[in-house]
Amino acid sequence: MKYKSVFDIIGPVMIGPSSSHTAGAARIGRVARSLFGREPKWAKISLYGSFAQTYKGHGTDVAIIGGLLDFDTFDERIIGSIAIAQSNGMEITFIEEEAIPDHPNTAKVVIGDDQGELELVGISIGGGKIEITELNGFELRLSGHHPAILVVHNDRFGAIASVSNILASHELNIGHMEVSRKEKGMLALMTIEVDQNIDDSVIKELEALDHVVKVAKIVE
Amino acid sequence: MFRNVAELVELASTQNKKISEIMIEQEMEVTGRTREQILKQMDVNLTVMEQAVERGLNGVKSHSGLTGGDAVLLQKYIQSGKSLCGDTILDAVSKAVATNEVNAAMGTICATPTAGSAGVVPGTLFAVRGKLQPTREQMIAFLFTSGAFGFVVANNASISGAAGGCQAEVGSAAGMAAAAIVEMAGGTPAQCAEAMAITLKNMLGLVCDPVAGLVEVPCVKRNAMGAANAMVAADMALAGITSRIPCDEVIDAMYKIGQTMPTALKETAQGGLAATPTGRRLEAKIFGIPHVHGEQQQ
Repeated sequence: MKYKSVFDIIGPVMIGPSSSHTAGAARIGRVARSLFGREPKWAKISLYGSFAQTYKGHGTDVAIIGGLLDFDTFDERIIGSIAIAQSNGMEITFIEEEAIPDHPNTAKVVIGDDQGELELVGISIGGGKIEITELNGFELRLSGHHPAILVVHNDRFGAIASVSNILASHELNIGHMEVSRKEKGMLALMTIEVDQNIDDSVIKELEALDHVVKVAKIVE
Repeated sequence: MFRNVAELVELASTQNKKISEIMIEQEMEVTGRTREQILKQMDVNLTVMEQAVERGLNGVKSHSGLTGGDAVLLQKYIQSGKSLCGDTILDAVSKAVATNEVNAAMGTICATPTAGSAGVVPGTLFAVRGKLQPTREQMIAFLFTSGAFGFVVANNASISGAAGGCQAEVGSAAGMAAAAIVEMAGGTPAQCAEAMAITLKNMLGLVCDPVAGLVEVPCVKRNAMGAANAMVAADMALAGITSRIPCDEVIDAMYKIGQTMPTALKETAQGGLAATPTGRRLEAKIFGIPHVHGEQQQ
């Protein structure tokens, strides 16, 4: 079941006009922002399918940029987000892609600054709900049926155990987990699906761990 | 956990509970949150809906200028006493329109189940409030009942216009509202399901063809008719009328119709009303030039 909560249906509270093209888009941008950990200096956003065809009318562009500025779906600053981002010095490019995506509402967000770069692909599946399908070239194989977090960490022994220990101490049961890395000893990624919703305080605790770089909730 | 409408009705009937109650209990089970927390969050959503209706009834205008002000016209017309189809229906229609006019103006709304279809559930709720005089708790229950039916549609079909057309958005919203009206009016869980089935059957095939890709034309008026449809179907179900096709099969039919619907009619602004001469002219006027592909530096 992709939708688990009644508030996926009666909600979110949001700035109009579209739950998938505005609220969902803002959420995709905000996940990218929270994984990047800071406001990027530049953003290159590719829009596919219905996103590419109708983004201007739906405010998909301002919503994604709003998300990159860490605005929530109901934050009225979303409306003027592009001007805000530009006055902060963010360079923004939108690309309308013609390729047919697997899902009609797909966005690829590439953001960065002098210190780093992040690339993610998100889909907006309806009613404001989103899924992240790719991160920095790692394909995420998430069922979308359970709450999930991404843990970007340094590829060191003990990193995985320390994360699972904290989840265990909060009685959070791991239903599915994947670890991937591109190079030994470099940045790696844990994708963890759990049975219950993860409180923000647990996320903070995980982020405080040695070797953990960033943690983000991607499915609520 | 209920997976379809039949299971939902069965759970409510055998435990002698309302559908709203089954939804609240499932939410507690799935999220581990307390009843109090869950009711409080829904109360907040209800307040957002009330404020959006109020704002729309005072008159708003979208940035494009395509929509706004119709809710005001309808309220004036109702007050003139000349309405032909009845004040309660027109009140629901005007409040659905009010919500969607606020949404089109990038105002704050609560998606039910989506933003483009956010008018139907609150529109009907605030219209039947006058007649049924519900408590605040009963109004919150209305939203849980709507949510329960929307939950089934979202998991078994779709609530996305890009994936299933307008039938998946306003169609789902109207079905959800009809079921909730029936519960508030004292109908049985089975009658709620009949109301949902009757409503959704009459929304099947509805395409998503927004002019200029804006959630305005025809979205605002589709919410108007979704609200009217829900009100009539609720009355039919309360009168004892049943759907020959069970609710779950109607939802499945909606899903399959959505899958076979051409992409041009699924929120791409390429077909239907969006592709009419006037639709294209409005698009050119709003965005300066017709839609083209390519890179755009902002």
